[in-house]
Amino acid sequence: MRGGERRRASRARAGARARAGAGVGKAGGCVGGGVGIGAVFVGAGLPWARLRAVSAGLGVVLLGLGVGAERAAAQLAVRGGTVYTMAGAPITDGVVLIGRDGRIERVGAASDVDIPDGYRVLEGEVVTPGLIDAHTVVGLAGYLNQEQDQDQLEQSNAIQPELRAFDAYNARERLIEWVRGFGVTTLHTGHGPGALMSGQTMVVKTRGNNVGEAIVDSVAMVAMTLGPEVSQNFESPGTRAKGVAMIRAAFIKAREYARKRAAAEDGSGPERDLKLEILARVLDGEVPALITAQKVSEILAALRLQQEFGFRLVLDGAAESYLVTDEIRAAGVPVILHPTMARQRGTLENATLETAKILHEAGIPVALQSGYEGYVPKTRVVLFEAAMAAAYGLPFEAALATVTIDAARILGIADRVGSLEEGKDGDVAIFDGDPFEYTSHVCGVVIEGAVVSEQCR
Amino acid sequence: MRRVLRIFLVIALAAATPLAARQRPQVFRGARILPITSAPIENGVLVVREGRIAAVGAAGEVRIPDDAEVHDVTGKVIMPGLVDTHSHIGGGDGGDRSDAIQGDVRILDAINAMDDGIQQAQAGGITTANIMPGSGHLMSGQTAYVKLRDGTTIYDLLYCDDVLHDICGGMKMANGTNPRGAPPFPGTRAKAAAMVRARFVAAQEYREKIRAANGDSTKMPPRDLELEALVQVLEGKRIVHNHTHRHDDILTAIRLAKEFGYRLVLHHVSEAWKITDEIAASGFPASIIVLDAPGGKLEAMDIRMTNGAALEEAGVLVGFHTDDGITDSRFFLRSAALAVRAGMSRGAALYAMTMAGARMLDLDERIGSLEPGKDADFIILSGDPLSVYTHVEQTWAAGEKVFDLSDPRDRAFAIGGYNVARPVSLTHHAGMEGH
Repeated sequence: MRGGERRRASRARAGARARAGAGVGKAGGCVGGGVGIGAVFVGAGLPWARLRAVSAGLGVVLLGLGVGAERAAAQLAVRGGTVYTMAGAPITDGVVLIGRDGRIERVGAASDVDIPDGYRVLEGEVVTPGLIDAHTVVGLAGYLNQEQDQDQLEQSNAIQPELRAFDAYNARERLIEWVRGFGVTTLHTGHGPGALMSGQTMVVKTRGNNVGEAIVDSVAMVAMTLGPEVSQNFESPGTRAKGVAMIRAAFIKAREYARKRAAAEDGSGPERDLKLEILARVLDGEVPALITAQKVSEILAALRLQQEFGFRLVLDGAAESYLVTDEIRAAGVPVILHPTMARQRGTLENATLETAKILHEAGIPVALQSGYEGYVPKTRVVLFEAAMAAAYGLPFEAALATVTIDAARILGIADRVGSLEEGKDGDVAIFDGDPFEYTSHVCGVVIEGAVVSEQCR
Repeated sequence: MRRVLRIFLVIALAAATPLAARQRPQVFRGARILPITSAPIENGVLVVREGRIAAVGAAGEVRIPDDAEVHDVTGKVIMPGLVDTHSHIGGGDGGDRSDAIQGDVRILDAINAMDDGIQQAQAGGITTANIMPGSGHLMSGQTAYVKLRDGTTIYDLLYCDDVLHDICGGMKMANGTNPRGAPPFPGTRAKAAAMVRARFVAAQEYREKIRAANGDSTKMPPRDLELEALVQVLEGKRIVHNHTHRHDDILTAIRLAKEFGYRLVLHHVSEAWKITDEIAASGFPASIIVLDAPGGKLEAMDIRMTNGAALEEAGVLVGFHTDDGITDSRFFLRSAALAVRAGMSRGAALYAMTMAGARMLDLDERIGSLEPGKDADFIILSGDPLSVYTHVEQTWAAGEKVFDLSDPRDRAFAIGGYNVARPVSLTHHAGMEGH
């Protein structure tokens, strides 16, 4: 993680801590108050819902949690037949303790970790960190797909990096609850592909009744697109080359703006310009550029822009990245790969189901995404996309990393999420089997210690 | 692979001899066989002769012909080729924007048998598809039931023998939001129903005139291509495949079918879970789509993955479809697996992928299960059909291997890659909004 990334993450984190209230000390070492073994079946409205909720000590298990309802973070123990911490080897019969502050207190084998009295216990076959969708538009794009719930792309101007994602995020959007039900606890969402610069992105948790309660990182990246879809949405650019020229011109202007603003001592500098201001932050290295580039020519153009202006680049989509792995690795650029099952049409006509595997083998950091969907279904589920990558050659734990720790690193939020480690957010997904298997279920989702979903989905 | 086969086909057709007749019997032994209409067979034997299934059973119980080519498929799973009851592969389409009801239009006049989408469907284990016109009309045209052979022309694919006289498919209808529009398209749901009823009333009258003529050609009404097709619908010879999502639209589709007495398959049925009893009482089957999320259009806002389970529980005959390119033919088995995830039984889900689909297309005498005498349409899987880690290794249609994962060209259709596949489906030229 580079400096700017860390700065932003820690700022966001401070906010979260303030909300969470005073921290509670480590609660380990209490009496090994045996796990109450009476399994309680929570009939959560669907015949196939089967979450085993086990009460610890005399703690009362709260039943009848309404859909979408949240409860205050309580002391929680999550016990799994296999716990994939994503920070070291998987733990057989492992336990994750989450404290009242919503953060992980302890992770270890059940034989080493006593579950203190009063902790609610959730159990499942497999436990992973809460999943991260490394790129989506959910929350800006709504499930109805009507004009009034589509805020991911503004089409009055091809370059609008000043558009802030948090000004358009609907925390109550049904698709957020939908993906959360499949274990997704963190979203990198915001303005979508389709403009040279469509606007900013942000990182949120899939909880909260408003954007303030959801937010992790308010300005994650600036979303840019190099490709013919831009020409479909705007009169200009009409070609790929024109698009690159327009982006270069914008950055040159921003560089000049930043220089003049910094040089001016008495307000004699240029007037504040929101567009140039955010681009200056990109040039500073504070905010990465997220460039959607599918074809080889687009990927190479993105790498050239990065070399010319020195900003931090994250490649998005990258359907033909398997053809230019050497160039991408040499540039040290991570890839947020298109959904594995993305339709092989348009600029993704040459996509393959094995690209995640190929990039992984080439040593390029990869995260997976649900992406943007313009019709039916209105979003993908990143868990399913990782599963398909695993089915097509990406090793199991590497596939899990694309939606946990590797995604967190690429997004600059690995100090909070992406693995099950002491001090990190208590975000957990609980499965009744192999997380990637079609017929397994996500039977529990925990965000910062709060159980936000316990229907088996 | 395809080119070679194409040459073979030309020779075969020229000689007016079925290609399969030139082959030795093919025997597949050692696999777990799922015949669908009978219990799974461990260490099974499947014998294929002249494009049909000659025998299926447990090792030791099935005689292996002396001249057979024997394939050891120990550890694999064999099940019938999949039946996609609703697909848009092949680059064809139906009616244009000139009218909301165009029952005269046949998609078989527009299908490209060499389209890459057909190769991709084979890679997904699909051997039979109902290729449909879009849903932007109340009636967008006649569908085509096709066998996904490696063919050159539509004639290589069609199930019907005589394209000039046989009924070669169903009738595509749609209600809900897709057919709405400025005249001549309906502006409301009630108007849509009235327009459909008026056409079927006309078809009834047309049928009466034909009956009254009693074979006297001088008394026959003038030919009307659409009414001729609708008479086939009224007589139960041509099945209506009705796109319908919202619960009230589903009820409307049922109501119209009951009024005119035609056979109906309900397609998509996003809100089926709200009215499972009514669907069951109608006796009509439902072909469902399984989507990764609700929404994307208003009429799909309440779709649930539990539709399969709910319809099964209510006793409705359930099938699946890809609606390709809405979902990808290569991942068709995933639809069944996700339905099972949401509570459908394994047995019903596998039946739905095969035999139920065959019944919905009136093809259950020929396909849908592994039984002696049926077409040798089957797939060889690397493992359990409902596992994400399972791959379709081979697809056989009418005794011909049409997909082989170990063949680099075929594999490319399954995996993707540079300049591999350029499928054309409705999504390409008409936007997604017709589905």
